[in-house]
Amino acid sequence: MQFKTVTSPHIAQQNSVQTLMYKVLLAMIPGTIAMIYFFGWGVLINIIIASVAALSAEALMLWIRQRPIKPYITDGSALLTAALLALALPQLAPWWLTVIGTLFAIVIAKHLYGGLGFNPFNPAMVGYVVVIISFPKEMTQWVPPLLDNYTQLTFSETLAIIFGANLPPALTWDAVTMATPLDTVKTQLGLELSIHEIENHKVYGPMFGSVGGFGWEWINALFLAGGLYLAIKKVIDWRIPAGIIVALLVLSNTFALYDYASFTPPTFHLFSGGIMLAAFFIATDPITAATTTKGRWLYGMGIGVFIFIIRTWGSYPDGIAFAIILMNMAVPLLDYYTMPRAFGHSWTEFPHHHKVDDDE
Amino acid sequence: MTRSSHQLWHFHGGLKLDSHKSMSTGSPIVKAKLPAKLTLPVQQHIGEAGQLRVKVGDKVLKGQIIAECPEYVSAPVHAPSSGTIIDINELPAPHPSGLNTLCVVLETDGEDKWIEHQPNKHPNTKSPAELRQLIRKAGIVGLGGAAFPTAVKVNATNANTANHAHIETLIINGAECEPYISCDDMLMREFAEELISGCSIIQYIVSATHCLIAIEDNKPHAIAALKDVLKEQNLHTIEVVTIPTIYPTGGEKQLIKVLTHKEVPSDGLPSDIGLLVQNVGTAVAVHNAIILGEPLISRIVTITGEGVKQPQNMDVLIGTPLSELIEQSGGYHADASKLIMGGPMMGFTLQTDNVPVIKGCNCLLVENTPPEIPATMPCIRCGDCASVCPAQLLPQQLFWMASSKNFDLVQDYHLFDCIECGCCSQVCPSQIPLVQYYRFAKTEIWNQERERIKSDHARNRHNFRQARLDKEKQERAEKLRKKKELLEKKKQAEAAAKASGSGSEVDPKKAAIEAAMKRVQEKKAAQRAENKKPTDTAAANSAASDEKNDEK
Repeated sequence: MQFKTVTSPHIAQQNSVQTLMYKVLLAMIPGTIAMIYFFGWGVLINIIIASVAALSAEALMLWIRQRPIKPYITDGSALLTAALLALALPQLAPWWLTVIGTLFAIVIAKHLYGGLGFNPFNPAMVGYVVVIISFPKEMTQWVPPLLDNYTQLTFSETLAIIFGANLPPALTWDAVTMATPLDTVKTQLGLELSIHEIENHKVYGPMFGSVGGFGWEWINALFLAGGLYLAIKKVIDWRIPAGIIVALLVLSNTFALYDYASFTPPTFHLFSGGIMLAAFFIATDPITAATTTKGRWLYGMGIGVFIFIIRTWGSYPDGIAFAIILMNMAVPLLDYYTMPRAFGHSWTEFPHHHKVDDDE
Repeated sequence: MTRSSHQLWHFHGGLKLDSHKSMSTGSPIVKAKLPAKLTLPVQQHIGEAGQLRVKVGDKVLKGQIIAECPEYVSAPVHAPSSGTIIDINELPAPHPSGLNTLCVVLETDGEDKWIEHQPNKHPNTKSPAELRQLIRKAGIVGLGGAAFPTAVKVNATNANTANHAHIETLIINGAECEPYISCDDMLMREFAEELISGCSIIQYIVSATHCLIAIEDNKPHAIAALKDVLKEQNLHTIEVVTIPTIYPTGGEKQLIKVLTHKEVPSDGLPSDIGLLVQNVGTAVAVHNAIILGEPLISRIVTITGEGVKQPQNMDVLIGTPLSELIEQSGGYHADASKLIMGGPMMGFTLQTDNVPVIKGCNCLLVENTPPEIPATMPCIRCGDCASVCPAQLLPQQLFWMASSKNFDLVQDYHLFDCIECGCCSQVCPSQIPLVQYYRFAKTEIWNQERERIKSDHARNRHNFRQARLDKEKQERAEKLRKKKELLEKKKQAEAAAKASGSGSEVDPKKAAIEAAMKRVQEKKAAQRAENKKPTDTAAANSAASDEKNDEK
């Protein structure tokens, strides 16, 4: 009897890139539903626009690069990039803004660097940075989270705004959009209000929930739950989100203790904005993160530190995208200097410096 | 009796795999039928191939030497049964390369008649050196799969100094961590007494103060059997240690880490840290060789897998065709698709079952999963490979370097510490056959190394030749000058004699000083010439003998 020969190991592999990506997408569902609940249909519409754009761009780029389309288009990576970017965008952002961000993410940040596995920067965050720098006005079109004195837009009204910038009659942009809690804190601190005054303000007060931004605290809690599921299932490395949270907690706590009137408390930092989404779903993208155990701690903590710095002293309300891209840049360095000690070797004989051949 | 709990440690990474062992442990070990023909490759071990001691047409007895080699690292091959040598030829043997190798074909006569052999009921009356010699003559190699000559291993030396190493602890490896394989499990159950006897002999040879028999906790029957024997014989220096089932605990270095927390240095041997590891099968073979005087002519082989009808363990003569073992195990299922020698993690696939059992063959695994290579995706840098790597390497970085053929850097990242256990490939979500890349890189580096040694050799030889020619030239020049000098001196002397004859006086002292100064100047000039010569004297020395040989 004749048999085919193949190399070991011979046990069928259980794991696949596709499974990983879909598990991540699955874990995002609870947080996403919470976002739709608090921020309306715009969240869903953005996800759909971004997904269509991402899959089209992915297919086009694979075709141009003469790569097999089916295994890559179904691997879930383009869909994940689209979903992450869409969740980071304001709900009433015009459709073209979402499309531009997505195209930039897929075409330039991903495929021009060599496609899946080869991109040094997180594509979704590159797309986000491009649109926040290019279209600052449109990037403020956030919907107020289910607050009493604001109008709730219907699905068709939202659709009309996103695709035609047509506001419903008798409504102004001020009536349908509102600054995020992080943005508000930043602006009002600049106007020399204290944290206490902002939180109890007639206009801004209702934006704050019991621990973070109103609505945001639920969204973050559910993204945290999804993230913990991923960490337990070992889809993501828990050290990255742990690093982010620890760094943010330590810094915000230190500064709040030092001056609680000008620095927001740690709970506000952790439960406002996209922290949990970023910590568990964006920063953990293995392709752009550090790969060693220690490197991942440092990578996470670096992101936490940059988020705090940009939120506190930077000119953008939230600095997640910048923080992640800055740490993406540091990844080769982190990987290099955090190499583990190989079995049977001492710590001193790192492969840190490549020996130059002595022969001639 | 023995201490109930031995402190254990962990090695980094590893995998928990489905064991699939009960498949082949349901029935006792079956003695395989005597085949009509036995095919014996002369090289079944790590080291030098044996030289033939028989020719076609010779009648041989069971246990007679077929091939042996005077080299230190080698092991003889014996006739597993009596019969006639009918062929000596290049034939297929179980090797990953699938290439043919020199084999002796023995047609059995069915009498199975032993050659005269010498049992030793009391091994303690012999010296360790004598016992090592007996092990060597019995052709014993490591039966865990690596097939390293046991006589060499039990003569423990320090890797770097080549001095005799002191062995504190003998470790007997009964971990058998690969799924499906159960030959060691069954051997421990059925040959517990022989195993303990073998342990005692090896312990005596290396003068180890104690001996640990390490067994994974998924083999309770084997553990119980060995503990019973130890209790019966009231042995206190041998201890059975139950270790957790984690692949690859059975790897020598990993097992040492688990039992002692020590790490074998990358460039060293277990003997450097006072340890010696032997497989359980090897220990039984040592018992057979010393106590019974029987060479290694058979072994236990697991025939198992979803593709074979009656998985079982068999006591098989070396040289038996695999096809006969499959036949005696009920034959293949219709969906049998892959034939593996060894386990599913580290074994290699065979093209055909028309190859013989060799000393290192512990398992024949027949799978029914399609042997298609899955479509690989690009590496997504998830790092799962590094988290399971028992050698604490960075498989992902090694993969990048191996695939870009950066063979210098890949060695800096300790490619040669990779034990090819397959854990990284197993967990890779991109389904990249990582181990294949490492094997490729290792092979390429070995080839380059061979080339380098060759070219170094040639360069040294050339340099030496050049140095020798220069030296000869100089010597000739020197001789010539000396002749000239002598001639001149003669002339001067003659002239002086003539002058003195005419009455003028030359101070003989002055002449002597002048002559001395001249000599010094000459010497200095010669030294200067010597220093200018750009030859590497060390290289020249090392190449000297080569050139001599070449010019003979």
